[in-house]
Amino acid sequence: MLEVKDLRVRVKETEILRGVELEVKAGEIHALMGPNGSGKTTLAYTIMGREGYVVTSGDILFEGKSILGLSTDERSKSGIFLALQEPPQIPGVRVSPFLVTVLNKRMGRTDLSKPLPPQIMKEVYESLSKVGLSREHLGREVNLGFSGGEKKRSELLQSLLLRPKLVILDEPDSGLDADGVKSVAKIIEAFRKEGKGVLLITHYARLLKHVKPDVVTVLYKGEIVAGGGSELADKIENEGYKFLNGGSEDEHQYKERS
Amino acid sequence: MNINIRKGLESAEELGFLGEAHNVKYDIRLKGKINENLIKELSKVREEPEWMLELRLNALKWFRRLPTPKWVAGIDSIDLNELALYARTGTKAVNEWSQVPEDVKKYYEMLKIPEQEAKVLAGVNAVYDSESVYSNLKKELAEKGVIMLPTDEAVRKYPNLARKYFGRIFPPTDHKFAALHTALWSSGAFVYIPPNIKIAQPLEALFLIGGPLEAQFEHTVIVADENSYVNFIEACAAPIYRGYSFHDGMVEVYAHHGATVKFTAIQNWSKNVINFGNKRAIVEEGARVDWMAGSLGSRISYEYPMSILKGPRSSSQAVLITIANGPYIKDGGAKMIHVAPDTRSRIISRSVSANRGLSVYRGLIKVLKGAKNSLAHAECDSLILDEKSKSFTYPHNQVDEPSANVTHEATAGKLSEDQLFYLMSRGLSENESKSLAVLGFLDDIIVKLPFEYATVLRSVIQVEFKRIGGVG
Repeated sequence: MLEVKDLRVRVKETEILRGVELEVKAGEIHALMGPNGSGKTTLAYTIMGREGYVVTSGDILFEGKSILGLSTDERSKSGIFLALQEPPQIPGVRVSPFLVTVLNKRMGRTDLSKPLPPQIMKEVYESLSKVGLSREHLGREVNLGFSGGEKKRSELLQSLLLRPKLVILDEPDSGLDADGVKSVAKIIEAFRKEGKGVLLITHYARLLKHVKPDVVTVLYKGEIVAGGGSELADKIENEGYKFLNGGSEDEHQYKERS
Repeated sequence: MNINIRKGLESAEELGFLGEAHNVKYDIRLKGKINENLIKELSKVREEPEWMLELRLNALKWFRRLPTPKWVAGIDSIDLNELALYARTGTKAVNEWSQVPEDVKKYYEMLKIPEQEAKVLAGVNAVYDSESVYSNLKKELAEKGVIMLPTDEAVRKYPNLARKYFGRIFPPTDHKFAALHTALWSSGAFVYIPPNIKIAQPLEALFLIGGPLEAQFEHTVIVADENSYVNFIEACAAPIYRGYSFHDGMVEVYAHHGATVKFTAIQNWSKNVINFGNKRAIVEEGARVDWMAGSLGSRISYEYPMSILKGPRSSSQAVLITIANGPYIKDGGAKMIHVAPDTRSRIISRSVSANRGLSVYRGLIKVLKGAKNSLAHAECDSLILDEKSKSFTYPHNQVDEPSANVTHEATAGKLSEDQLFYLMSRGLSENESKSLAVLGFLDDIIVKLPFEYATVLRSVIQVEFKRIGGVG
């Protein structure tokens, strides 16, 4: 579904990704791990086509075709969704009209403010309860004053409603309590069952206790340094990133949080 | 009322009535050098009383005498001699749409005015170029003594009333374009609400510029007698032509003791109209005047509604929404003059600049000595959508009364790259993302508007940002 081929990415003058190879298959959870600053989020932004993330060589294929020439919205339309780690505030724009606009666009309607059909509204309500948000959430301004957990839930809500083929989740469990982590895990499992591809970016292995990844890749300083199955995640959970050069600091952080 | 001006005109274009050749036949079209002879001719064809001719000639003197205001940019591109200063389609205003000439009626039908009148409006006055082509007021209102007529008709029919207010609230001596307006004015709406009459449904005036190289100088007078209430809506539109047109309208509002006037104007002239709005109100004891102005169209627009809070406990609010999208200049603001004690005023301005747009806020709060315990507050916020666009704020406070409380807030925000990326990553195009951000920026103002108006404004903004792309 998603193939990242020998990808090199520059942000301003700095090369962040230095030849990354990675594949996410349909119906597969691919965990991308690594200490802070190793380039995980950069990879997510580059897949989504963010301005300033310059691909200097390599390619990104989605369903067999290069997406490098597509704009961010075209990539979204083709079926890729990115749940951001820190989604920005959009003052004045309330969740409800935001979802209406985005979903109308997805349905190909020209009037983006048109009320949603009842069956879609029903889906919105169902998805709200799946991610653990109340209907009051719809009246709030997008990401404004949201707690860490509310941000994650709101991103997940959109990942359900937009029905992507590939879901990229950037640290979807940070800021969530134990119950929150479980509900995120449930949603990710459901994605796999539905045959979606999941690229799960996570620093800590906490979430991977509840979701068994099919593939684990470890990114460090812009390069893939390790790969394997879920046993690699277990190893990181127990030992941290000790096996990497200079990883001790991250291990410390990991232990503190878990 | 669902008057989607922009949409209406687009479909009109598709149907092929618009474009360069415009088919409406005029029986009179005056143009040429602005001098005494031209004004005498204008006054004569309109069968005006002597005092009006004198008023015009006096205004002409001031027009010649007054300098072009220094704050006016880009105005040198108007050649007044080239413009048709008065254009009449032939018929007098009628009160049945079936009697309006077919080619003119088409425009209004495109804007759904006849349909909306039947549903939600208490009265309509439609001006095409220089003359009212349609004017109608609900029968029960007319029976109560409410007057709504084309202004020139009111000048003939109610000379005493017209003379008492016309040119008294906004004197032609104020600035060059006020003088020009008074010298050349034609049509507009004249509204009188008798004491204690409260009209729930709005009255609406619709101004259209039909062709290129037209100048429109409509003059609207609204007199709200003691304890009356009126909600007046003014909508302006012009289809797209290659040449430019000039609009120099004037609105005079007099709110007598305890009266309330709500004046809502949505200006959506096409991008080749140079717009001057001259709006002023005198507010008597305990009365209230609210201005709501949406400045969406025009190439260059200057508009600063002013309220003179003449009576104690009078109040005024001005809510301004300005969009400069494309290489256009929007210069606007509001002026509040506190003359009497315990007066209150509030200015809320929101401007959006995009695609090399320039929006300028120019406001004045003046509290005269003796206007004790007056309260004035101004807040202007601007949103800039890209690096090429600009926004400037020039608030001016002049407070000569120590017990007055005058406050001012201003913010300027930019649509950041992470916000744009976020919205686009949800599948919205760049323009759709911007339009959503703009609607969010204006949301708390828009929700306070009457529902139908909010709907119109929202859809105009959406269309506005959908169309851009290549502009600029």
